[in-house]
Amino acid sequence: MKTHVIVFPGSNCDRDVAVAIQNIIGSSPEMVWHKDSTINQSDLIVVPGGFSYGDYLRCGAMASTSPIMKSVIENANKGVPVMGICNGFQILIESGLLQGALMRNSSLSFICRDIIIKPTNTKTMFTNKSTISKMPIAHNEGNYFANSNQIKEIEDNDQIAFQYCDENGDINSHSNPNGSINNIAGVFNKSKNVLGMMPHPERAAESIHGCDDGRNIFESLLS
Amino acid sequence: MLAKIHITLKKDVLDPQGSVIANSLKSLGFDNVNDVRQGKFIELEINSNSKEEAEKQCNDMCEKLLANLVIEDYSVEIES
Repeated sequence: MKTHVIVFPGSNCDRDVAVAIQNIIGSSPEMVWHKDSTINQSDLIVVPGGFSYGDYLRCGAMASTSPIMKSVIENANKGVPVMGICNGFQILIESGLLQGALMRNSSLSFICRDIIIKPTNTKTMFTNKSTISKMPIAHNEGNYFANSNQIKEIEDNDQIAFQYCDENGDINSHSNPNGSINNIAGVFNKSKNVLGMMPHPERAAESIHGCDDGRNIFESLLS
Repeated sequence: MLAKIHITLKKDVLDPQGSVIANSLKSLGFDNVNDVRQGKFIELEINSNSKEEAEKQCNDMCEKLLANLVIEDYSVEIES
């Protein structure tokens, strides 16, 4: 598998996700600087977490106009799997590849802790091995919002990837860390080859992390 | 020309920062404050032959970058 990780000024999970890809998928990803303009052939492009451009204007807004994003969008439109984690999710939303918006957490605080998510649609290339999983979140703007028409559209089209839940898989307000509408933790594009998620599977990918539940997302991509 | 652009959250979008500001104002004794909505103000210098053209360009900038139309509304004011 040929894999790519995009690096922006302020990315800080690029190395972590590269290690997860190397260990789980067995592919050594090419690190692509945001000023590069083309990704010729790829089987997976990851837009990693961090604080690209210091979160100026809106999280992900500046990065979405970087030269490399044109190529990411072209590849996504051709069906190449594209995955955005945390700030990467914000960048994919700002670039128009995913619907909705990520607003400031309802608590107005930065949240850094383990949460539990449940895959809502397990028939996709990213989630076919997914189960109820524990992994960390670390964000200030992860409060997913879409208006009622958009929510209906993404629900009708099975575009919700993950929802925050409790240990039993119950989706309720107590298990919602940031105020996201319908506990949404991740969404797909219409054709399900683009995934954006706030939780960090790459930070729960080996036993030394204390939990390796995040592996199932990378393992799904292998099957 | 000088463009003044206001970006605010749409009316149907909750504004937790606005609510906290409202509570703080109340605790300072401003009991008559009912609702607070906060947003962004952007001022930019723009070279243009007409106010109309400058406004059109600023609207385009808001739609492409400055505002997120899923959650935000914008207004543009041009001063020559």
